[in-house]
Amino acid sequence: MKDAMPQLATDEGRPVADTLAQSPLAIRGMTVSYGEEPAIFSIDLTAEPGAMTAIIGPNGAGKSTLLKAALGIVRPLSGSATVFGKPLAKQRARIAYVPQRASVDWDFPTTVMDVALMGLSRELGLLRPVRARHVAHALACLDRVGMADFADRQIGQLSGGQQQRVFLARALAQDAELYLLDEPFAGVDAATERAIIVVLKELRAEGRTVVAVHHDLSTVAQYFDNVFLINRRKIAEGSVETAFTAANLQEAYGGRLATGQIDQLVLGMV
Amino acid sequence: MLRDALLLQMGYNATLVALGAASLGVAAGATGTFLFLRKRSLVSDAISHATLPGIGLAFLVMVALGGDGRWLPGLLAGSALSALAGLLCVTWLTRHTRLAEDAAIGAVLSVFFGAGIVILTVIQTLSSGRQAGLETFLLGSTAGMLFSDALTLAIGGALVLALALLLRRPMIQVAFDPGYAETAGTSVSRTDFLTMALVMAITVVGLKIVGLIMIVALLIIPAVTARFWTNRAEYVVALAGLFGGLAGYVGAAISATAPALPTGPIIVLIGFALFVVSLLVAPGRGVLAAGLRYRRFQRRVHLRQGLISLAQGQPVYERMTRRLLLREGFLRADNVITEEGRARAAKVLRDETRWQEVRRSDSLAPLAMQDNGMTDIASVLTADQLAEIDRRIGGPKRVTA
Repeated sequence: MKDAMPQLATDEGRPVADTLAQSPLAIRGMTVSYGEEPAIFSIDLTAEPGAMTAIIGPNGAGKSTLLKAALGIVRPLSGSATVFGKPLAKQRARIAYVPQRASVDWDFPTTVMDVALMGLSRELGLLRPVRARHVAHALACLDRVGMADFADRQIGQLSGGQQQRVFLARALAQDAELYLLDEPFAGVDAATERAIIVVLKELRAEGRTVVAVHHDLSTVAQYFDNVFLINRRKIAEGSVETAFTAANLQEAYGGRLATGQIDQLVLGMV
Repeated sequence: MLRDALLLQMGYNATLVALGAASLGVAAGATGTFLFLRKRSLVSDAISHATLPGIGLAFLVMVALGGDGRWLPGLLAGSALSALAGLLCVTWLTRHTRLAEDAAIGAVLSVFFGAGIVILTVIQTLSSGRQAGLETFLLGSTAGMLFSDALTLAIGGALVLALALLLRRPMIQVAFDPGYAETAGTSVSRTDFLTMALVMAITVVGLKIVGLIMIVALLIIPAVTARFWTNRAEYVVALAGLFGGLAGYVGAAISATAPALPTGPIIVLIGFALFVVSLLVAPGRGVLAAGLRYRRFQRRVHLRQGLISLAQGQPVYERMTRRLLLREGFLRADNVITEEGRARAAKVLRDETRWQEVRRSDSLAPLAMQDNGMTDIASVLTADQLAEIDRRIGGPKRVTA
């Protein structure tokens, strides 16, 4: 059985300078620290254009922190992120972010439609009235995730999976080129998971780039093209075939995954 | 007399006061909503208490410069500066120490207020300070209000309201989801600062009439009152403005009929009355409506459980269930099921059997996940699916128990 295991992954071998300029998201030397303990240390990440990349690692590995630092929500101690070769601040319109569902108060007085319309905040600005075409656009995005029938609902009346789909619809409304998602499949029902993965694959088919923090190792190979393994430090980066290996998982998760489990994951994929 | 005041028949001055307070109330209610939605209601309390040392110091400075210490614009400028200092202290403490915001608010509020009281006491001992009347800034007063004061309220209120409406989209977005707002191009720190600036402006404008101790109530109570009536942030803002305006108007009118009463507390009590009414009678989120809904649901559950028991020939022990079955005429006092009860029990039992069949079916089993005991099967299965299930379980059976 051991022979069937993929070779130990090295870097994908592409010269960094080439990919940097056109990469949808390039993070260099990013360190984020809460207090005096780095949550992530000196991370380099280069997202492949038009591909789906999973950021995986154990709890507390800094997956969400990495995403937030890349988005400028958390201020890094050192390092920087560029989006399509330019600093983040100038490229905001090309990025859409889907935060963790638990990060907001779902009793907030707002409706599904209002949340979807927030995805158009850049276009609407301060005063531009919400016109029929805006509503139609938001409704179309809700329809893509199967939530159009819920447009008038207060968001607190939704199930967890439905809430997650509304968050995705808001990001879709932005019509971005780079989608960053924080645990989009955490605690959602099977129907929602299917609906979300269908939409993400559609985005990829349209040439957009998807980077998602992901926690379920059993679906990595099925859903994603590339993986980025992190445990405070970068462990590995590359295609699922080259980087999602037993040795890398062992390194990222330490003793937290049984060896049998790892074999199953990696072999199940091959 | 109150009727006269409410109908603006109490004379020029009382009319001015009522209109000024109404304008302030509208602006405070609408602005305070954004603070409430951002879950930072208490910051306004720190801001308002932090105005006091500024008032005292401004008085001393103006007297020292040989002017009239009671000149209102000067006092308000002083209060604004020290409110800003208080706000910066809270922000700094929260950001650079491990103190949570509530602790920082408590510390700043009490220290600034204490310092203010000391300064006011010192002023009382000065010969020039005896007639200052600065203590009216604590609880607010309409006595001796001038046309220019009312104008300040009206214009200040209108200005703040206009700015709050202008900034409503970013403020709502940041309140709901700050992380997302930042990535969508809305600066959270700038939006938060603007929100606080509006709150500071309202505090300073309302200082004279509502008083610094009570202004927090005028900012927050209308918002929590409005929340009972609607599930959309923009409507909460509009309703809060309405409730705030009403409280300001009625409160100031009452205060005008009894000038000895402090204005701030009366306005707050009117606002509180609106809150209590909303808490009780609002549909949806109101206490009565929620209680009623719960009772109705409880009855449905008991009735259904009772019918299932009857259908299976089991005795019904629970008192509430029995009472409901008796009242609906499904059960006789001697515990014998009625003809009508039989029919209903048969229906309920049939639905139970249908669900069981759905759970056992290969193709429909996932739909059974939606059953919580009270789910209407016709709302989950299509007519065709239901017909298929019925074909499998046969016709309805008569309850014989």
